[in-house]
Amino acid sequence: MKIPLSWLREFVDLPETPDELRLILDDLGLVVEGIDVVGAGLEDVVVARVDEIRSIEGADRVRLVTVDAGAGPVEIVCGATNFELGNHVPLAPIGAVLPGGFEIARRQMRGVTSNGMLCSARELGLSDDHLGLMILDQVTTPRVGEHLLDALHITPDVVLDISVEGNRPDAWCVQGVARDLATRLARPLREPMLATPVADVMTDSFAHAGIDDPELCGRLTVSVLRNLTVRPSPSWIAQRLQSAGMRPISNVVDASNYVMLELGQPTHPYDAANVAGHALRVRRARAGETLETLDGVVRELAKAGRGLGDTGVDCVIVDGDDQLLGLAGIMGGSSSEISATTTDVLLEAAFFDPMTIARSSKRHGLRSEASNRFERGVDPELALRAVARFVNLLQESVPELQWLANPLDHWGGVPTPPTVELRAGDIERGLGIELDYGDVVANLEGLGFHVDVRESSLFVRAPSSRLDIREGAAGRADVIEEIARIHGYRRLPRRTPTWPEPGGLTDRQRLRRLVRDVVVDLGVVEAWTPTLGSDADFDLLSPGVERVRITNPLASDESVMRATLLTGLVRAWGRNVERGTGDVVLGEMGAVFTHPNVTEEPRETKGGESGALTLRLPRENERLTLLLGRLDDDATTAVGLWSVLSERLGLADVVVRASEQPSPGLHPTRSARLVDRQSGATLGELGEVDAELVGALVPSAVGRRLGVVDIDLDALADSSRATRRSDFVSVPSRYPSAVIDLAFVVSSTVHAADLGEALRHATPLVESISLFDVYRDASLPANSRSLAYNVRLVSLEHTLKDDEVSAAREQLITLAASLGATLR
Amino acid sequence: MTPSPLADLSAQTSELLSTIASLATLDELTEAEPRLTGKRSLLSTLQKSLGSLEPNARKDAGALLQEARREVQAAFEARRSTLAAAARAESLEADRLDLGDVVTNSVRWPVRAGHPGLVASTQRELEDVFVGMGFTVADGPEVESDWYNFEALNIPPAHPARGLWDTFYVDLGEPETVVLRTHTSPTQVHLMEEAVAKGSLPIHSVMPGRCFRRDTPDARHLATFHQIEGLVVDRGIAFADLAGVIETFTRAYFGPDIASRLRPAFFPFTEPSAEFEVTCTICRGEGCRTCSQTGWIELGGCGMLDPAVLSAVGIDGDEWSGFAFGFGIDRCAQMRHQIPDMRALIDNDTRFLEQFS
Repeated sequence: MKIPLSWLREFVDLPETPDELRLILDDLGLVVEGIDVVGAGLEDVVVARVDEIRSIEGADRVRLVTVDAGAGPVEIVCGATNFELGNHVPLAPIGAVLPGGFEIARRQMRGVTSNGMLCSARELGLSDDHLGLMILDQVTTPRVGEHLLDALHITPDVVLDISVEGNRPDAWCVQGVARDLATRLARPLREPMLATPVADVMTDSFAHAGIDDPELCGRLTVSVLRNLTVRPSPSWIAQRLQSAGMRPISNVVDASNYVMLELGQPTHPYDAANVAGHALRVRRARAGETLETLDGVVRELAKAGRGLGDTGVDCVIVDGDDQLLGLAGIMGGSSSEISATTTDVLLEAAFFDPMTIARSSKRHGLRSEASNRFERGVDPELALRAVARFVNLLQESVPELQWLANPLDHWGGVPTPPTVELRAGDIERGLGIELDYGDVVANLEGLGFHVDVRESSLFVRAPSSRLDIREGAAGRADVIEEIARIHGYRRLPRRTPTWPEPGGLTDRQRLRRLVRDVVVDLGVVEAWTPTLGSDADFDLLSPGVERVRITNPLASDESVMRATLLTGLVRAWGRNVERGTGDVVLGEMGAVFTHPNVTEEPRETKGGESGALTLRLPRENERLTLLLGRLDDDATTAVGLWSVLSERLGLADVVVRASEQPSPGLHPTRSARLVDRQSGATLGELGEVDAELVGALVPSAVGRRLGVVDIDLDALADSSRATRRSDFVSVPSRYPSAVIDLAFVVSSTVHAADLGEALRHATPLVESISLFDVYRDASLPANSRSLAYNVRLVSLEHTLKDDEVSAAREQLITLAASLGATLR
Repeated sequence: MTPSPLADLSAQTSELLSTIASLATLDELTEAEPRLTGKRSLLSTLQKSLGSLEPNARKDAGALLQEARREVQAAFEARRSTLAAAARAESLEADRLDLGDVVTNSVRWPVRAGHPGLVASTQRELEDVFVGMGFTVADGPEVESDWYNFEALNIPPAHPARGLWDTFYVDLGEPETVVLRTHTSPTQVHLMEEAVAKGSLPIHSVMPGRCFRRDTPDARHLATFHQIEGLVVDRGIAFADLAGVIETFTRAYFGPDIASRLRPAFFPFTEPSAEFEVTCTICRGEGCRTCSQTGWIELGGCGMLDPAVLSAVGIDGDEWSGFAFGFGIDRCAQMRHQIPDMRALIDNDTRFLEQFS
């Protein structure tokens, strides 16, 4: 909201500089987002009359113009051509500094001297018009030698751009801001000039009004203004509006806007000649009704909206024939608009139900200065005071204007201002400091609250303008905020609370950190890929599968929630390949989503109005996916990475088990599941990326092997699924170990880890087993390979004798044979 | 009457089909394509011969021929996909590797430092500061119902305040009931509901996480971003405690010469509410372009829990009171590292990512 400082100063004495005011306003929560100076740099510019225009020899773009600014002829070189002899134009004389800091100096060109500059409106910072000189005769009656600011009736002013929070509808006007300042600075707040109606003609002799639906319209006042002549506003009104960012249109429209900006009450003037029966009624729109609003759009009314709980209530203004005149509080129709020939006006000033206006304006995608104010809540008591101000302003240009007596005033349901009790100690409990009751009462009264002190309680009644103040405990918080605001947040004490409960991370959060640290230590670069992707990407891995969709995406290829991190990582890797930086391991930790109809674990929660519905939400699964994209990476490096991670996570017994049905996107014959042998749970998968996926996403990298490790963090964090190593450790034997190597020919269907695990239990002497070689060759039987294990044997009691070692060896071989493995 | 050029069509079609069926490899198939379905194939040649027929006969013969061509084409494509699948199966089989047989000791792993994500490491630093101050850390889901994201936070349906958040709606349930959370505040509601159900008040917790707003990305904002929020519900908590916690955090995270200050603001879920600002980290309060010469930078919002929120989750506001605060993790990272364009965070350019440790 742009407010000229001169306007504020009409309501309260403000000797402060704009910068000082900014600090005070910020501290009141009325944040100043910008300060503009109007008319700055124009003090030296004067009105000059064009007396002679001559061409300059050898120059075809500029001419020599002789002007008179009251002190005799001045010669100026000028490039514009849009003026003629006798025109009055702005002259910036030598030494003048224009807005933007441009200083005018005497200049020689083409053998002549230019003694100043004739200016366009843009050069003066007055408008964007740069087509030629500003011709003053078109906008005013200029006098030679007069200061331009006087000629244009511009008073240099400062405009504050103030941001008003949604809970302060009362502050969304000049007087509201002035009230906060007056209270904070303990200065009196002045009232605006108000007109009074003529006493002998009654409004109801001319006009009629009524409210059919009192829950939609809390108050409807209709005033009649006669003997009107529509003409431009006085320049001071026009300038105020312009400074506040509104275009002056006519005295009637300008008065309406002026009152809205000054007091916060939107008003709507109708040409009485075009209102049947001179009657205005407010009612609910009926299904099937349509209205053409001022913006030329035909709108279907009373149609239920998409938004939750939006039943399609529209509040409309109708005339005596029940014809629609406008969408109440939002936008009028064209039929009864004020025109150049309007002489009698019906002026509506009303209070509409904020929620109805909010829903209606959202549904029709129609926001106006009026609807913005009504939906936040206009003071229901304000209407007739605003009309009195309206008439006072209009009388400036139409002194003969008549405001008929006893304006029509109908009431529906309006909110009753609550009375809030502040008990002794409430302020201290809320703010942590006890404030002086006298100051508190003075500040609240300054803001328009009515305060009764009874025993040790304050009974605080909100003014009608403060629709944000609630009942009960919530209202107490509202009033305490007002007390704190005027007192100044910065003057409140600070204390750091302590409590006996310890802080800390959960096991899950510590696990996340550990996993991240380990993989980063292994060289992983953490990426951040989009949560929202395209149908096409989703279909690459899960064609036809039901997906979680966004109703209102920013772009169609950002409309589906990801079900995997793999696609995004391959894409991110692909872009790095194109840049020549693809020799990298990328990783991401994040959530993937499954449609509740597809997953066995949908999340149920409450939603809808008052939480009355039970909603099924997508399953959210946190995963860590690593894409091994270095030149030598493949499935084996993925296994290598996992073996380190698994060790660091302290997993007791997770095996890499070849899977016949790996998840889509993984290489069908070079992938495996990570299976916890004790729980049987799958903790993730690893292997290579399916070449078809690489081809689809990164065509330039076709044939390149990409390793992948994809871990289900939900499973990993669940100790019933991911079995941790026991906390108990063993101390190694003090006697030497005997080391033997055994190579077996084993069927491909037997897992190396299973054979190893079996061998570990073949005899109590086994200290450790590790696979050190895998050998495949045509000389071996079909569908088999040779697995070579390094076996350490040891006793806790003595050094093993040769025969003990031999016996153990036989036991190992016998056990292997039971699994179909033969010694090679 | 001359014999129809299509007299042998049925036999010819059968022969073509059996030729197709006999193609054994993709190479053979590619090689045979011009002969079987191309412009110089038998059926194309027959097509040309139809020109000599009378219009009616030509129409009938054309239809017959068209049918035959369709059949041959379909058989050809079916054969192509069968052979392609077989070829893929064969190459996959040749490529087969039992990952259980990988000898991890022999995997060669190049030594190269990795780099944690900027958001993750910033989040960790912030968490550590709060954990040091006695806070626990809580997580929450990214998809929420309107109850948790809005209504329990005192933002009823169609309330103009909902316009403060540009919301992505998820196509589930009743319209506009499921959303991508626009802030981490729903986690506050979950925590409070849980504490009430378990009788485990008080709460001193921070809630980091990913949020979404339907806002076209630019240099300062991404549609996906990260917030951290704090929630304290305890006995005897006042605005002074909030101001003290903000100040302690500010000095702990940004350094002892950075201070905080509060100014009034509006949030539906807190009352009194405040915006909190910290000393500009660029100019250390002297005034510069980043802080518009004010010496202060807006960091986040905070306030005392609104009684309406407490009552929505069933907490007795006479016994308990509390405060909440929240700010952007990405914004902290942006301030610290002077990142001119936030979109660099989602470009995943390793030249950018490798700067963080």
